[in-house]
Amino acid sequence: MSPLHIQKGSTSHSAYNLRPSFSDIEERHTLAVLVDNEAGVLARVIGLFSGRGYNIESLTVAEVDHTGHLSRITIVTTGTPQVIAQIKAQLGRIVSVHDVHDLTTEGASVERELAMLKVAGEGERRVEALRIAEIFRANVVDSTLGSFVFEITGAPDKIDAFADLMRPLGLVEIARTGVAALLRGT
Amino acid sequence: MTREMTGAKMVVQALKDQGVDTVFGYPGGAVLPIYDEVFQQNDIRHILVRHEQGAVHAAEGYARSTGKPGVVLVTSGPGATNAVTGITDALMDSIPIVVLTGQVPTFMIGSDAFQEADTVGITRACTKHNWLVKDTDRLSATIHEAFHVAVNGRPGPVLIDIPKDVQFATGTYTPPKPSASHYQPRVKGDLDSITELVEAMETAKKPVFYTGGGVINSGPAASQLLRELIEATGFPITSTLMGLGAYPASGANWLGMLGMHGLYEANLAMHDCDLMINIGARFDDRITGRSDAFSPNSIKAHVDIDPSSINKVIKTDIPIVGDVAHVLEDILKVWKSRGRKTDAANVKAWHKQIDEWRKVNCLAYRPATSSIKPQHALERLEALTKDRKDRFICTEVGQHQMWAAQYMGFDEPNHWMTSGGLGTMGYGFPSSVGVQIAHPDALVINVAGEASWLMNMQEMGTAVQYRLPVKQFILNNERLGMVRQWQELLHGERYSHSWSEALPDFVKLAEAFGAKGILCDNPADLDDAIAEMLAYDGPVIFDCVVEKHENCFPMIPSGKPHNEMLLGEAETQGVIDSKGSVLV
Repeated sequence: MSPLHIQKGSTSHSAYNLRPSFSDIEERHTLAVLVDNEAGVLARVIGLFSGRGYNIESLTVAEVDHTGHLSRITIVTTGTPQVIAQIKAQLGRIVSVHDVHDLTTEGASVERELAMLKVAGEGERRVEALRIAEIFRANVVDSTLGSFVFEITGAPDKIDAFADLMRPLGLVEIARTGVAALLRGT
Repeated sequence: MTREMTGAKMVVQALKDQGVDTVFGYPGGAVLPIYDEVFQQNDIRHILVRHEQGAVHAAEGYARSTGKPGVVLVTSGPGATNAVTGITDALMDSIPIVVLTGQVPTFMIGSDAFQEADTVGITRACTKHNWLVKDTDRLSATIHEAFHVAVNGRPGPVLIDIPKDVQFATGTYTPPKPSASHYQPRVKGDLDSITELVEAMETAKKPVFYTGGGVINSGPAASQLLRELIEATGFPITSTLMGLGAYPASGANWLGMLGMHGLYEANLAMHDCDLMINIGARFDDRITGRSDAFSPNSIKAHVDIDPSSINKVIKTDIPIVGDVAHVLEDILKVWKSRGRKTDAANVKAWHKQIDEWRKVNCLAYRPATSSIKPQHALERLEALTKDRKDRFICTEVGQHQMWAAQYMGFDEPNHWMTSGGLGTMGYGFPSSVGVQIAHPDALVINVAGEASWLMNMQEMGTAVQYRLPVKQFILNNERLGMVRQWQELLHGERYSHSWSEALPDFVKLAEAFGAKGILCDNPADLDDAIAEMLAYDGPVIFDCVVEKHENCFPMIPSGKPHNEMLLGEAETQGVIDSKGSVLV
């Protein structure tokens, strides 16, 4: 045996299997990142998440200031408080990032997502789908004799709930935009 | 002043306006217009390396030894991909490098053209920032911005990819404008946090400074301020591999390097301290060992210009985001204004405790008369060269690197060039080329292992072509020493592929390149052989045949805390207190 008394077959002597004792409670945060609207900027942000093993639950991006060439990326991510702090710090040091805001901690915020759901069915199931859509204030944006396409906006969990109800009624396909979010108030 | 010129001319003009005097590069199809401009001027010296990786390491050596950004010029495709290892090395060690790559013409991008590679895609993860310039009018502003980004904030490598048609086309040149960039990282530390740190310093019984490469990157003023603070407070100081030289090794409060192969007294001081002041270091895993047992009873302050370094690995009690020199200046100011207080009695007792640890003499090794011990070789090299103020030491990666850090002393910053974060074998030789280019009359020695050295040995051509008197001091154990050591300690002495078979005759190799070769395998001849190497005005390969199975101690095995160091031949009996007892 080696002087380290390491058992045969053990892998615990790797330097990389050790994590410091930070809190391990996972939190969900929505981050708003203002970036230069230039080629490759999204790849930089996504590359940071994949390269360092962070989670992305949802990501939206679009230009918000044409004259200033700025885009806003909204990222919903999960992680321990230490990981969330790291994500913000790592985003902040990307040269094309102007600003990082944590909408989960900086005050009350509103989150909205748009989704389109295609539901196919006939008879009673079709009527039921329409009835539930009305309750959820979803609009019918396309209709055939055998299908509807619903458009719904709301917080992500509202869309989840709607999709769950549509599933037994013939949900065929769903497209979601991902979360857009703003802080409340001025 | 704006002027019309071709993109290629713009590159040269922008480099001149940025104060660049040297470029390390290798030509190829996609950079020919730039090379044509380089040919037609005399302000910027181009150093032709023999491999693009060598160009980046040479630029790193240039940058580390001068404090100025290093500049690299390479072609598209393989030119760029060969540079990737060097760029990653510079990223890990925060070295400012500006890499200019050629690219296929814009209208051919995406067509899998000859020598096309997605250079900005490939280097996105290994640069601080990179740009693909598609418009000649944007070229000069982008180059100026690149220099700004490379040297400001936490320094690092940047890359500009320039398609060939952009080099040929004519556009408007704009000279550098200060503060044209939105990238303006914070340099001043928060004064409340600084005051909190000073309060902790005033009452600390067992304080220790733990400094890193950030002090060196911050510039000579940072090292001066650090020295002033250490002398004034009398606190002990240790440093990472990257930070050697910021505080002089001959200084009274110096503990030596810390970390996996750091000194016993330095690591135990880190483990037992009650106040740890981290200045410009990043709690690397080679430093902390087992992080959940790292310095369990200390308040930890962390000064770093990169906010993402704080709380990344180790939880910090007093975080201070700012440039080291600015923060040190404020610490000194606040500490002086509050009456220069320390708990002198307890700090004195702390020094006594450290002296006890020092008695372990952790760098002791069993001397030999029949073969050269690598430690002995470096002790002799140190003794015969330490009086040279213009001595620069580069290293490759492995046992020899750790021995150099342990047995050689650095009294000034920017005189020690080593690959710390990435651990790039093959770094040292091209790096020594870059240092010698920047300091033509200095004594530049690359302490190497034979395996690392062979990884970039093609740069012998560069050294001979430019008559660079670099000394390649190769500790030749015919092994990948560090790999062999780990296999001995951790993998049941199964030495899987860790020996160097079919080595060249280094003396003949040197002569084949037109350089001088020296072989030494007898300890009795060592001093004379080193003197011969130093006296020779030209590149030398010194083949120092050393003991083959020597291990590098002390050592914190991976996954162990600081107080579970392995000591080699050091005398441990009865000196270590109960806390630091689990020693071999």
